[in-house]
Parts: sequence; C-alpha cells; structure tokens
Amino acid sequence: MSPPLVEVSAISRTYAMRSGMFGRAAAVHAVDGVSLTIAKGQTLGLVGESGSGKSTTGRIVLGLEPPDSGEVRFDGKPMAAPGTTAWRAQRARMQMIFQDPLGALDRRLPVATQIREPLDIHGLGTPAARDERVRELLRAVELTPAHGARYPGALSGGQRQRIVLARALATKPDFLVCDEPVSALDVSIQAQVVNLLCDLQAQLSLTLLFISHDLRVVRQISNVVAVMYLGRIVEIGSADDLFARPEHPYTQALVSASPAPGRRSAGRILLSGDPPNPAARPTGCAFHPRCPRAIARCAREVPALSAVGGDRQVACHLVTGAATRDAA
Amino acid sequence: MTPLVSIEDLRVAFNGVPVLRGVDIALQKGEAVGLVGESGSGKSVTWLAALGLLPRHAQVSGSVRLDGRPILGAPAAELDQVRGGRIAMIFQDPASALNPVLTIRRQLCEALALHRDLQGNAVKAEARRLLDLVGIPDAGRRLEAYPHEFSGGQVQRIMIAMALAGNPDLLIADEPTTALDATIQAQILELLSTVRRELGMAMVLISHDLGVVAENCDRVAVMYAGRIVEQAPSNQLFADPVHPYAQGLIGALPPLDGPRRRLTAIPGTVPDPAHMPGGCAFAPRCALVADACGLAAPTLAPIADDRSVACVRAEVSRRALLGIAAE
Ligand SMILES: Nc1ncnc2c1ncn2[C@@H]1O[C@H](COP(=O)(O)OP(=O)(O)O)[C@@H](O)[C@H]1O
Ligand SMILES: Nc1ncnc2c1ncn2[C@@H]1O[C@H](COP(=O)(O)OP(=O)(O)O)[C@@H](O)[C@H]1O
Ligand code: SF4
Ligand code: SF4
Ligand SMILES: [Mg+2]
Ligand SMILES: [Mg+2]
Repeated sequence: MSPPLVEVSAISRTYAMRSGMFGRAAAVHAVDGVSLTIAKGQTLGLVGESGSGKSTTGRIVLGLEPPDSGEVRFDGKPMAAPGTTAWRAQRARMQMIFQDPLGALDRRLPVATQIREPLDIHGLGTPAARDERVRELLRAVELTPAHGARYPGALSGGQRQRIVLARALATKPDFLVCDEPVSALDVSIQAQVVNLLCDLQAQLSLTLLFISHDLRVVRQISNVVAVMYLGRIVEIGSADDLFARPEHPYTQALVSASPAPGRRSAGRILLSGDPPNPAARPTGCAFHPRCPRAIARCAREVPALSAVGGDRQVACHLVTGAATRDAA
Repeated sequence: MTPLVSIEDLRVAFNGVPVLRGVDIALQKGEAVGLVGESGSGKSVTWLAALGLLPRHAQVSGSVRLDGRPILGAPAAELDQVRGGRIAMIFQDPASALNPVLTIRRQLCEALALHRDLQGNAVKAEARRLLDLVGIPDAGRRLEAYPHEFSGGQVQRIMIAMALAGNPDLLIADEPTTALDATIQAQILELLSTVRRELGMAMVLISHDLGVVAENCDRVAVMYAGRIVEQAPSNQLFADPVHPYAQGLIGALPPLDGPRRRLTAIPGTVPDPAHMPGGCAFAPRCALVADACGLAAPTLAPIADDRSVACVRAEVSRRALLGIAAE
C-alpha cells in the first residue's frame, strides 16, 4: 500500500451548546478521539447518522478548524498554523465539496468566473493559461464552455455540483473532502456525479475523504469505510467486506436498515429508541441503550477500537474477533 | 371490483405550464402502491390535486373517484369529509404540519372531533390509544407534551397517529422518512406496514428511494415528467423493468453487496415543464430513441397481467434488457 497522505491521530472537538429555556451550556463531544489514515490515491468513506461528527471530522482534517486535542498530518507534516504562508500552500493542495452547490456558488457571477477564481487568487499561470485551464476543467466535468457562461441559477443541481467540482480541482489538489456531495441529487444524476468522481480520482490520483449517510454511494466509491456513532469510530475496514460482514452491532443495524429492491423487510434488525442526544452521551459504549446485544459491562466501560483480524477494527466488548475471524 | 380510488387523465397546469400531463392510476382496498420518480416529476402534485389541496392558480382537469364517486371539484363540505377522514396524508416535514403552541393531546383530539363521533373521555382515551399504537412510550403523560419535546422520528409517529385519527381507508405518505436517519427510517416504515396490515388500510408511498418502495409496496408506478411511464408489481419491476427510464433508475442505484459495477447513469436532465419535448418526454435521454418516439407521447398500455408501460419501443427495450442479462 502507498504511504499515507493524511494521518489523523486522536482528534477531539467539543462544542458548548446552550439548550432549553434557561440556556445552561452543555458540552457536545462532536468528535472524540478519532484516528484515521488515508493512503495516497485512496478513498476513505465516513458514514454515520446525522450528528455523529462526520462534518466536524472533515473540517478538522482540512484545517478549517483546529481540534481541541490530537493532530492532523498532511503528507508527513503537521498542519501549519492557520493564516501562515505554509498553511496557504498546504491548503491549496486540499479542497472541500459540500452538499449544497447553490450555497457554495455566487449567484451573481457566471460559473466560469468562479472556476477561475482560485487560479486568480493563487496567481497560477498567465491570464490566457487560466482561460485554457477553465475550459479544460469544464471538459473534465463533462460540461461545455456554454455552460461556463451561465449563472448558477440557470444550471441544474447536478450541473452545479460539477461546477463546484471543477472549481475544487482548479489548483490541482491532491486531497478532496467531499461532504454529502450527492445527497441532494436525484438518483440518476447522483450516478453521473459518482461515476465522474471515480473517473477523476483515477485520472488525477486524488485522495478522497468521502462523507455520506448513504451506504450504497459510500461503498461504490470507497476503498476503506469508517462508521461513526456519536463522535467515535465504532468500526473500520475495507468497504466491500465491511458491508458484507458488519461486525459491530450498530453497523449491522445500519446495513440491515438499508432498503434493497428484491428484499422484503423480514429479518431486519430494528433498533428500539431514538439516537441519543449528543449533549447527553450515554456512559460506557454510547450505543448501549439501543444495542440489542448490550451486557452490563457496556454501560460502564468504553470499548476501545481494536483489531479483530484482517484489516478490520471494531469497538465492541463482544467482538474480539478470535471466534469469528482468523488473525491475518 | 370498483377500485377504492381511481384517477384518470389527471392534468394540472400552473400558469398555463402543464406539470401533470394525463396521470392514470388506480388502487384497490388495502393495497400498497409506491410512486417513484425524479423530483419534480409530479408525485406530490398528483395527490394534492386529487384531494383538492392545490392553490387556486392551479388548473386541474380529469377524473378522481373514491368508491366510484367523483371527488375532483366536489363541494368543500364533501371534500372536508374525505380529507383526513377516508383519505389521510402525511408529509416529509412533519414538524411543519403540527402546531408548535398546542399540546399533542389538543391536536389529536381536534382531529378526532372532526372525523369521529366520540364524546368527552372517549376522545382522550382514543388519543392515548393512537399514541400507544404508533409506539410513543408513556403515551398517557406524553399527550401533554408539545411538538418540540419530541425527536424527529417521534414527531413522524405522532403525524401517523393524527392521520389514523379519522380511520382512513387510504393513507398517502409523501416521502415520510426522507428527513430521518436510516435506523429511524426503518422503524417508521415498519410501523407503517404494521398499522396498514392491522387496519386493512391502503397506502400510497411516495419516495425517491427505489429500495424503500420496493420493500414496502405491492405495486410500483414510475413517474417521469408528469406521467406514469411504467406500472408493475414491485418484484417484477425490479427484476425486469421495461421502460428505459425505469431501467435507468434501477441501473443508477449502487449495489450494496456483490461486485461493484459502473453505474449506468441516465445522461442529461429532466426536461423543463415549460419546454417539454414533443412526443415522448424521455426521448432526449433515451438510448433506444427512434423516429416514432417523436410523433406523439406514448400512452400507458398493458403488456402483461397487471403491468403497463408507456413506450413505443417497449418490446425492443425488453429484449435489449434480456440481451444484457444473457451476457
Ligand atoms: N459549530 C458548532 N457549534 C456547536 N455545535 C456543533 C457545531 N458543529 C457541530 N456541532 C454539533 O456537533 C455534533 C456533530 O455534528 P456534525 O459534525 O455536523 O455531524 P454530522 O456531519 O455527522 O451530521 C452535533 O451534535 C452538532 O450539533
Ligand atoms: N404550487 C405550485 N406552483 C407552481 N408550480 C408548482 C407548484 N407545486 C408544484 N409545482 C411544479 O409542479 C411540478 C411537479 O411537482 P411535484 O409534484 O412537487 O414533484 P415531485 O413530488 O415529484 O418532486 C414541478 O415542476 C413543480 O415545480
Ligand atoms: S459494546 Fe456492548 S453496547 Fe456497545 S455495541 Fe458492543 S455489545 Fe453493544
Ligand atoms: S418512447 Fe421512445 S424515447 Fe420514449 S422511452 Fe420509449 S424508446 Fe425511449
Ligand atoms: Mg454533516
Ligand atoms: Mg414531492
């Protein structure tokens, strides 16, 4: 395997959230001791329900906000302090794509101007070279110069997301964080953008952190998948294997909840109860109030993420791997 | 047998721009029918029009019958009995359908008073029974709570309880789980099938998620640009879709298991209702398009028992698919 481009070690981030009429501040552990590595040219998928800390992880990895503790290293070096020259140089090598392309674009400017913007900001190439690069980027996302002349309002959702992608690629980044990039798109358009992302990744050897709540899309695009629950990674492993043989009870419920044509809901694992409030995280294993297999120990002790054989790591007191897997 | 609800040639235009262009669909008592299709294809407008819920500037024509009796354009008093009584509707965003300053009890009791002949304590007892039925723990006490005191999944359960207040024969569930997390979605869908079975209620499940519809419905109708383009029993539609758009939708869905394959994306985008192509509306995106497709919009025609397709090349399309499957 190629060396890691991104190394995340034990990052944590806590927000103070005011809740209720009297505004008592509660601590929300949005991200709690998350470690990840992403090898060059690979895609790591991050799944989990809303509020599990996926976006916060993405922002910290990109250096858009600092972790309270822990460290992110990019290409072997720690992230530079925000605002410094070294930070800007690092940041030019990484870009982010969000769910809502309309929010990411300026409605008052033709989209080609917006694709060109990062080139102007970073002073890359002559003006003529920049124009050529914009045409090249439009081609890369399968649009024409005529699309480039339009305003965001005159493009469809899928076309807008391509524009955002073209702009993100302008500075030839090595690393993209995609936060729910296709969640707002219809399935037929979603497939166009997913195919395009896969193609571009292969052509440009991009490294991706791909965040989504949609297991199907994540499996399609990822080499490795990490499952988050209330700020922690509860399971991580290679994509196909993880979805075929989920080991953590939460991952099992998540995979089982994913509706599939040709399968009736019989045999589905139904969790009882609601996802807990992140501001009042249960003790021990945060999943224990909903876990069908919980034992007394689960409410007391936090299970550590540990290898269970193969490349799989699971954070569950009951999954030790010895019984179910051969240590590889 | 007279269908519970039958819609024929339903057309809707907004400011002269047609968005429903002749929808035909019928439901039998107790049946669960799924409605899928891209956003903007007219799934919501179909049922809003059928129930007389569109704003005044909508021009509506066609026929909608409940037990054989026309309800499209029926007098307001009659429609009020149908809505929330015989036919109930729940939406994607349940919070907006509840009044934030009234307790759940007040809102449930109001719905009950409107549609059921219950007095005094019986109303409150029924409200509590409904809340219990939809799986809200500690229903007796929770009746006194306000909407914001419930989670998103619980609010959707409360909406289902409100919908059940009128003992409906048909529940229209419009994207009822789209805003919810996966594990909560599974709970709500399970709840819907349980109450449907227990009450013998028919259901229209509107969703952009093919998997959701496939798992929860007997029959599926696929909409494209204001028309139904294919209708079939769920298992047949997913195993053997005939309309090129239905084939495209299924091919575009990434598999959750088995080998990965490149997704078969449908090229292009949905046509703008104001600039609808002549003939088949899917033609600009269709791999099988031929001269005949541009002549007139294909009508929904039967191809087998309980299956119909609106495509002039339905046979070719089916063979093309079988050819692919044989490879
Ligand atoms: N800027 C912020 N201020 C306060 N709380 C936040 C902030 N950003 C995220 N949170 C909280 O942190 C938790 C994780 O949020 P997020 O990372 O957005 O999760 P996800 O992307 O998985 O939905 C949530 O409870 C959210 O409300
Ligand atoms: N009140 C309205 N006024 C004008 N156009 C509308 C209105 N409601 C819906 N439409 C249009 O009708 C078409 C069908 O909408 P809808 O039924 O909501 O689609 P779906 O539910 O399939 O996503 C869309 O083009 C939409 O923009
Ligand atoms: S540690 Fe206990 S509660 Fe947590 S997932 Fe494992 S069995 Fe369930
Ligand atoms: S009628 Fe023609 S254009 Fe329309 S779906 Fe059939 S083959 Fe394609
Ligand atoms: Mg997020
Ligand atoms: Mg709709």
